[in-house]
Amino acid sequence: MLQEFEFLGVLGAITLTIPVVTLIIAWLLRPKKPNPAKQETYESGIKTIGDTWVQFKAQYYIYAIIFVVFDIEAVFLFPFAVALRQLPLYSLIWAIVFIVLLFDGLLYGWRKGALHWN
Amino acid sequence: MPFDPSQIPIVQIVFFVMTACAIGGAIGVVSSPNLFHSALYLVLSLFGVAGYYVLLSAGFLAVVQLMVYVGAIAILILFAIMFARRLMGQGENQNNQQWWLSLPIVMILFAVLVGVVNTVSWPVSGAEPTGDTVMELGHAFLGSYLIPFEVVSILLSVALIGGIFLAREKVEAEEA
Amino acid sequence: MDLEFIISLIVQIVMIGVIAVALMTAFAAMVMVERKLLGRFTLRYGPNRVGKYGSLQIIADMFKLFFKEEVIPGHVERTVYLMAPGLALVPALMAFAVVPIAGAPFTLPFQIMGTPITINPWIANVNVGVLYILAIGSLGTYGVILGGWSSNNKYSLLGGLRTSAQMLSYELPMGLAMLSAILIVGSMQLTNIVEFQASYLGGFFWLILVQPVAFIVFYICALAEAGRSPFDLPETENELIAGFSTEYGGMKFGLFFAAEYVHMIVVSFIMATVFLGGWSGPFAQQAPFLGIGYLLIKVAFILFTMIWVRASIPRVRFDKLMKFCWKFLLPVSIANAAATALVLAVLFF
Repeated sequence: MLQEFEFLGVLGAITLTIPVVTLIIAWLLRPKKPNPAKQETYESGIKTIGDTWVQFKAQYYIYAIIFVVFDIEAVFLFPFAVALRQLPLYSLIWAIVFIVLLFDGLLYGWRKGALHWN
Repeated sequence: MPFDPSQIPIVQIVFFVMTACAIGGAIGVVSSPNLFHSALYLVLSLFGVAGYYVLLSAGFLAVVQLMVYVGAIAILILFAIMFARRLMGQGENQNNQQWWLSLPIVMILFAVLVGVVNTVSWPVSGAEPTGDTVMELGHAFLGSYLIPFEVVSILLSVALIGGIFLAREKVEAEEA
Repeated sequence: MDLEFIISLIVQIVMIGVIAVALMTAFAAMVMVERKLLGRFTLRYGPNRVGKYGSLQIIADMFKLFFKEEVIPGHVERTVYLMAPGLALVPALMAFAVVPIAGAPFTLPFQIMGTPITINPWIANVNVGVLYILAIGSLGTYGVILGGWSSNNKYSLLGGLRTSAQMLSYELPMGLAMLSAILIVGSMQLTNIVEFQASYLGGFFWLILVQPVAFIVFYICALAEAGRSPFDLPETENELIAGFSTEYGGMKFGLFFAAEYVHMIVVSFIMATVFLGGWSGPFAQQAPFLGIGYLLIKVAFILFTMIWVRASIPRVRFDKLMKFCWKFLLPVSIANAAATALVLAVLFF
């Protein structure tokens, strides 16, 4: 168990060095000709107006909330999926109840227009 | 491949790295002046906790920690921070007027925690970790823990409906 | 510590390094192949000036990226800005860890200091393989969010938000599609999934045969997750300049670019493993190197269809993208998983 994750750690270390090394090489090889124009925000040549971090649509946030809930649902369903073959029949009914209850929430959101992007 | 964990202190090394992530991240959360950076430190801290689960041979929990906390909830928090533009300014005062009130409470909490850690005997189970934790979990969810399993479903859909309801209200208020 | 253990550890680590480098090389080759094929699809030649048939184009491009000035604009959040491209690339590479590339361990034809060397055909064979893939996939969102936020540019922020919302949304049907496959196999370990497919119907019980809906859902989600056309909203140049990577140049952009392609390649490997039988094929069990060949052929075919899709289907609009995911893919994948469970129950009880 731990041994398998150890190699994941090794892989993580190796993959982390790839971007770092590439950036360092690029840093060493690059030409350097600073120019105030290069420091500006890229907005098709027009000076930027106002603050960048403006308030965006709440819709993104709603999607994130629904995502979290269904992510957790999936996590609960995976052990069930693995064990399904060895479980008695009635447990399947309970699993379907589990899914239907959550699907209800999605339907509510659907009816309320929470899934709608305008 | 023959492997004997007792030969190299790899467990200790990983433990210290993960502790550094978890505690360093937690300190970063409370000390960073920029709220967005705080959230990133929180991600680091949650990542450290996932490492603990690996050390405890709980691979399923480790992956769930990554998937749910790091991959979903922390992103929700980042979205929420990006959503609240007023809090984005750098160098805002981190303390509000009530900091002196919370100080003794936090001290008491700390004292209680230290006391608990020192008095509990922390029994170590001699049982071997089971091979297929996921299978066992599946049996547990639909066997002896069926009611909690279904309650989780209700809890999740309540959270979903509540979240949608609150966020929708906000949208309607904005449009008006 | 005994010598044998150290040698096998070093060999294993070297293999991990080789795989990481191989994936980066595959990315370079992929860019080339894609440009060539896109050229052919649109009745052009594609790159054909550098080297024979333009084969050295990608090396020229790489050198160009290395010798570009690394401009870091004055308004960005420096640390986060530099972290973001790496955070996009690392999860894309990490997801490869659980894919078994062959059916049996390789035995090298030589010995090192009297020790025969065997190499496992995977990096980490964890028993939660599928969940690991999903978890690592969800980490890929960070590169996009951090890149978009730290650039301090309205287009970047908007592009980052859109892309991350897209990646989040399409993760759900993807997970549920995998769930349908797992219901049949009864294990999340990718080696078990492949062995299951290899052990019925003369080795051709590919899960795509019993789960065509799940496969299609997974394929669509894979395109969306990797930011491929028709879901290449991250690079809607006509409305968002270049999305979250607007303020990135030189090698920093190169890393984002690499992340997209590596993501696409790795997701094809996963798709081939879960739905197309992975390394399995005639005699793959006896000759592990044959298994690699079968896997690569399947992956190459999937990658070819992805390029084909890019050449054929125009980009979708963002609202339609979200609508398609939440109001079509998600209900379909939930229904598919429930139907699979029911059918299995009928068959086995």
